[in-house]
Amino acid sequence: MKRERKSIDEVLKSVISSLLKDLEDADEVVLENVTLDIEELTFELPSTLLPLIEKKVIEEKPIEITPEKAVFEEPTIEWKGRIVEVKIGAGSRKVTYVVGGEEKPRFYSLNYTPPHKPILSMDVFDTRIPLPKAVKDHFKDLLDNPTEWAAYCVEKLGADMVNIHLVSTDPNFKDTTPREAAKVVEEILQRINTPLCIGGSGHPKKDVEVFKVITEITSGERVIINSVNLDMKLEEIAPLIKKHGHVVVAFVPMDLDKARQLVRKLRQWLDKEDILLDMNTAGIGYGWEYAFTATERARLAALKGDEELQHPLVSAISNSWTAREAWMKMPEYWGLREVRGPLWEILTGISSLIAGADYLMILHPLTLKILKTIINQIFEIKREIEIAEWVSKKL
Amino acid sequence: MVKITKLSPLEIYKLLPRKSGCRLCGEDSCMAFAIKLLSLQTNLEKCKPLIEDPSFRENYEKLSKLLKPPVKEIEIGVGDRKVVIGGKHVVHRHELMLKNPTAIAIDVSDDLDKDKIIEKVEFINNFKYEYVGYELKLDLIAVRSVTNDPERFKSTLKIVNEYSKKPIIICSTDPEVIHAGLEVLDKERPLIYTATTKNWIKVLELVRRFKVPVTISSLGKINDLISLVKTFKKYGVSDLCLDPGTIPENLGYTLTIFTLTRWKACEEENEDYGYPLIGTPISIWLSGIEKDMLVFWESMIASMLMIRFADLLIMHSTEAVTYLPLVIQRFNYYSDPRKPSSVKPGLRIVGKPDEYAPVLVTTNFVLTYSLVSSDIEKSKIDAYLLIIDTEGYAVDVSVAAGKFTGEAVAKVIRESGIEGMVKHRTLIIPGKASRIAGEIEDATGWKVVAGPQDSSEIGTFIKTRWQEIVGKGSS
Repeated sequence: MKRERKSIDEVLKSVISSLLKDLEDADEVVLENVTLDIEELTFELPSTLLPLIEKKVIEEKPIEITPEKAVFEEPTIEWKGRIVEVKIGAGSRKVTYVVGGEEKPRFYSLNYTPPHKPILSMDVFDTRIPLPKAVKDHFKDLLDNPTEWAAYCVEKLGADMVNIHLVSTDPNFKDTTPREAAKVVEEILQRINTPLCIGGSGHPKKDVEVFKVITEITSGERVIINSVNLDMKLEEIAPLIKKHGHVVVAFVPMDLDKARQLVRKLRQWLDKEDILLDMNTAGIGYGWEYAFTATERARLAALKGDEELQHPLVSAISNSWTAREAWMKMPEYWGLREVRGPLWEILTGISSLIAGADYLMILHPLTLKILKTIINQIFEIKREIEIAEWVSKKL
Repeated sequence: MVKITKLSPLEIYKLLPRKSGCRLCGEDSCMAFAIKLLSLQTNLEKCKPLIEDPSFRENYEKLSKLLKPPVKEIEIGVGDRKVVIGGKHVVHRHELMLKNPTAIAIDVSDDLDKDKIIEKVEFINNFKYEYVGYELKLDLIAVRSVTNDPERFKSTLKIVNEYSKKPIIICSTDPEVIHAGLEVLDKERPLIYTATTKNWIKVLELVRRFKVPVTISSLGKINDLISLVKTFKKYGVSDLCLDPGTIPENLGYTLTIFTLTRWKACEEENEDYGYPLIGTPISIWLSGIEKDMLVFWESMIASMLMIRFADLLIMHSTEAVTYLPLVIQRFNYYSDPRKPSSVKPGLRIVGKPDEYAPVLVTTNFVLTYSLVSSDIEKSKIDAYLLIIDTEGYAVDVSVAAGKFTGEAVAKVIRESGIEGMVKHRTLIIPGKASRIAGEIEDATGWKVVAGPQDSSEIGTFIKTRWQEIVGKGSS
């Protein structure tokens, strides 16, 4: 049998690594009957084994001292951009609002409070449309009376304002004329003293016709026209929005490039402070993550300096009701839909607020109530307070 | 250290063994492997030559260091009862796919009698919701000592451990109780919740002895949290989780601290902050909120923290509705931001269709699929829905991109066995795909009818036109 000659280095390496392996489970190792006849010896330990040795070094018991003092330093992050401030409501409106003005993303600093709180608005439709049971049960007869529905939202529920959606104008539905549809807008403006947001049916051609009439009859009230998109003939409507002093929602389907493109186009006729941006909102389970990320990215990009995205963000969290879990009857185990529905809208809403939304459109009163409470809490200065210990409490 | 999103595949590639044609990692080349490493779709350990050949030892170490997540990965539990949390490379989901979805733990307290304990454990074991073909579940059990009696805690843990299929968190601030718990779960690698400025010395000794991960809680004081991290590290304990405090009365503070902690870990590469974050929506139960509102608040706080970087949540409710939106939202949040989300192609049965029921076609983009099936359900129609593989693109995009094709439809017809289920041969395709109706007829031999432009009109379309269409189709 031929014995391979091993260099002293190799021998030592193998001896040491097996020693180290033993060390893993032992506190000390005694070498007996070992003589080292070497004058000079260097240990080259593989670096992966180093942490193992270090660990052995700190075997001492921790003593009764206060822990090493450390001080939390807030990171210095450069945010170059600022969201434009947009004023909503004017003319005969007794109440007006300002949204935007933020210089940091939400919840990025303990020492910064946004200048304006987000607006919570309620959806109202100008004619009966299929609505979730939880919503119908709440509003009942008001669903046939959009003016009183709007007044109820503002006066009884405490909504900041309402969005009247002129869905009856849809050519595939009732196809009411813009003049007919405008009547309810005039009524609501007389009935309530908050600003108003006015939407069409989503039909790109008809909406332009509807908005032509609406911008004129609401002239000077600085309403929100909801909304315009890249499929519309913007040259026909954008100049009128400017002429009558309104605000417009620029709507894009979860796409930052399209948002920039639409904003660029609109700015041919409108000023920066006349435009709100809607990156689209989807309910949890129904594309929520695409909308959330698009909204969050738009806000982060704006604050990093992307001028074309520096607009307050609109989020129609009422879209969350398209999620089947929000409206469908499910086995008792999953809870009543009267609970699930608002829950869906609340969670979609809080995610929009975190991503940066400044104007929320809501369908259910409970969503309004809870989001109002949480906004008043989280948009205040954050101080450090000691928390109640829950670990050993009977709950 | 360089952020993983700033590394080039070449920097990884040049450290790999580059043995041509080896393919042991499952990729065609080392470059392909390098690209997948950077997008977190594979791991270094799949490269056998790198791991096994001692001459690559140094390269392996370099690569491990380059790819090491700034937020440490912590394992709780062992074997098939294990949950991994943390391991994050980036702050926001659009930067890179996030690993290790937020784990959800539900508490069981030691004052409950055996039946109640088992009931709660079974709730956690059995919670299951099917969403786009996946089963969504809950993850851990947090066993809490409210009696402060080590013996009582032991017996509770034994019951939980016997009935539960999930890893366990030991919740107590009393070192004696924690010690008792660790004796029961000696081999189970539970997570300890929690070490504070008051109990840290004894807890530190225990976690060192039992080699288990530990949470550090600061009760809303961030300086204390980081002081304790430094102290634990000094004494050789580095399997840590951070609990900066979930404060129901001051959630703005909580959200900000969670955000800044994650930012400091990922952007400043400050290792003292590089540990999984623990949120405790359970704390809302002490806030005095009306009982019927607790479901909303606990679920909402959990949701906020989940999308603001919590790696693990400890909760209290045993109403399934609390967790339903959370497990779906978690699935959404942790989906790959680069890929359009897609569902499995194939046949879905809506309602109770008979052999003359309509057969509809849609794409496998999750949103399209979800909306179409929800619209069919809403209009109370019994139908067959064929989902073709458009690689996750919506109808208009996939038609334009040539992914919605006659062959794709023919494939799903063949594989689904739909021809044996219906007596007619008429397909309804999306209105937006009408221009390829002829192509689909040629490829399938079925009669093709273009449906409405928007799926919300499917109900009306079927109710008013199906009889006439299927009559013509079979004549």
